[in-house]
Amino acid sequence: MEEILNNLARCIEFGKTDKASAWPPDMKEQDGADEIALRALEEGHPPDRILEALITGMEAVGRKFSENKIFVPQMLMSAKAMKAAMAHLKPAFESGTARRKGTFVIGTVQGDLHDIGKNIVAMYIEGNGYEVVDLGVDVKPEQFLAEIGKRPGCVVGMSALLTTTMINMKRTVEVIRDAYPDQVICVGGAPVTEKFCRDINADFYSPGPQGAVTFLNKLAS
Amino acid sequence: MRIRLYPHKNDRNQSSQNQKNPRHLKNHHNPRNPTIPGIPQSPESQESLKYQVANMSRITRKTWLELCNKPPVILDGAWGSLLQQRGLPAGTAPEAWNLTHSGEVRNAARAYVQAGSQIILTNTFGGNQIALGRHGLADKTTAINRTGAELSRQAAGTDALVLGSIGPTGAMLMMGEISAEQMGDAFAGQADALKEGGADGLVIETMSDLEEAVLATRAAAAIGLPVVSSMVFDSGPQNHHTMMGVTPAQAAVALEDAGAWAVGANCGLGPDVFLPLCHAFRAATKLPLWMKPNAGLPEIEDGKTVYRMTAGEFAGLVRPLWEQGGVVFVGGCCGTDPSFIQALKANPPA
Repeated sequence: MEEILNNLARCIEFGKTDKASAWPPDMKEQDGADEIALRALEEGHPPDRILEALITGMEAVGRKFSENKIFVPQMLMSAKAMKAAMAHLKPAFESGTARRKGTFVIGTVQGDLHDIGKNIVAMYIEGNGYEVVDLGVDVKPEQFLAEIGKRPGCVVGMSALLTTTMINMKRTVEVIRDAYPDQVICVGGAPVTEKFCRDINADFYSPGPQGAVTFLNKLAS
Repeated sequence: MRIRLYPHKNDRNQSSQNQKNPRHLKNHHNPRNPTIPGIPQSPESQESLKYQVANMSRITRKTWLELCNKPPVILDGAWGSLLQQRGLPAGTAPEAWNLTHSGEVRNAARAYVQAGSQIILTNTFGGNQIALGRHGLADKTTAINRTGAELSRQAAGTDALVLGSIGPTGAMLMMGEISAEQMGDAFAGQADALKEGGADGLVIETMSDLEEAVLATRAAAAIGLPVVSSMVFDSGPQNHHTMMGVTPAQAAVALEDAGAWAVGANCGLGPDVFLPLCHAFRAATKLPLWMKPNAGLPEIEDGKTVYRMTAGEFAGLVRPLWEQGGVVFVGGCCGTDPSFIQALKANPPA
């Protein structure tokens, strides 16, 4: 990979958003993902290659997170850096010169207003090259249905923080299955388990965001 | 100051029973006033009770230390599930019930006092302005917290102390969702209202982010009541980190520095994994330790969440925390109920 793209991947891996950002301390005063992504485009690097570099950085983050070497804050800073770089790529996605790997529709299930976990997963999946449609919190089954109708082939993800609201996932899955029997549905959140996922007839559960990306990548390949 | 601390009339029978069997805590409230009447019989006695109870409801460092010298001090268990049994719909803010279903909230508090809790908390965990704002209740922040403290105070009477519960805002500082100043103001507002409602102290609990925990602890300490600060450790190797990567040692040092009178851990996991946490805290601070584990891990059965750990198993696993872990305050979090507190109470140190 070219030097500039290596640098971009490093910015993602260590969560360096832009020059003004104080994080991480050892990259102070250096250009961040924002500046470097823009320069890479100006120098004529194809958007697809730039996206690849971003994903390389994000994969390193996911690996370190799975190995307990970093925690949520570092992951969030990386996601933030990713977002800054992606903003420059947006026109390329819209014109079709660069392609996202797929679409992920995510929301916190009906009755639940917690969004930290959902936001982390959304940012992380976006950072791994997917278009993410975030429906927010307290998402009714019908909202999921409407979005699925608009985006054939999308994967649905739903989250719950409370043991009392995760029950609502069951009904949401039922409503979706009634209309779209083959819809791929992922579930997650603090109280959710593999067994719960099977019990409610969802397709995939992962305790962390990296598992979801691995699953999506498998579907996309 | 607006303090209505005499027992609610519905609690009269219970209060008089408890008066016959005063718990040892009674003397800690106000050593100069060891016998406090349980029920006001006339307007005059109500007046005198208000004064006495108002005095009682402020813990000094001395009475706090006396309490800490007699471990284990038995806390309460989960509240949300008790309120759900009483009809709280899933997903609604339990704190709203302080204003709409105050009798139910007081009864939940009372259930813990009767089970033997020496300290009960308040139904105000999600009661900061930021968290309530998600439910459209931001303008009711003061009323919800003041009433929450009043309800627990009424249920506790002279049998237990009341520590006002303060949980996280749900917003992340590092993502710029909220400023440190806004967050500090939210905690300060909640702490003030809890004090106004008669809380004897405050508990910052279930925190993952150390900066947020420090802001809450500082705000709480600034109002002059005892403050306990507790975080949730459920991530990383051996579950010795919070979700945000904070270790017990980092938490102990920073929270003590921020003004906590006791520090510890709650929620996350079951009591079986709390002992190493206690050792890690103990190595970093001399402050009294506070531990409220869950009743193990939840399972789903017929669409319902169940915790399989029994009260007896729980009490057996909590016991080493004060026998070997140097813990003073023990209670339960998710999945526990008054029967767990009874079991803790029935299992005193040898």
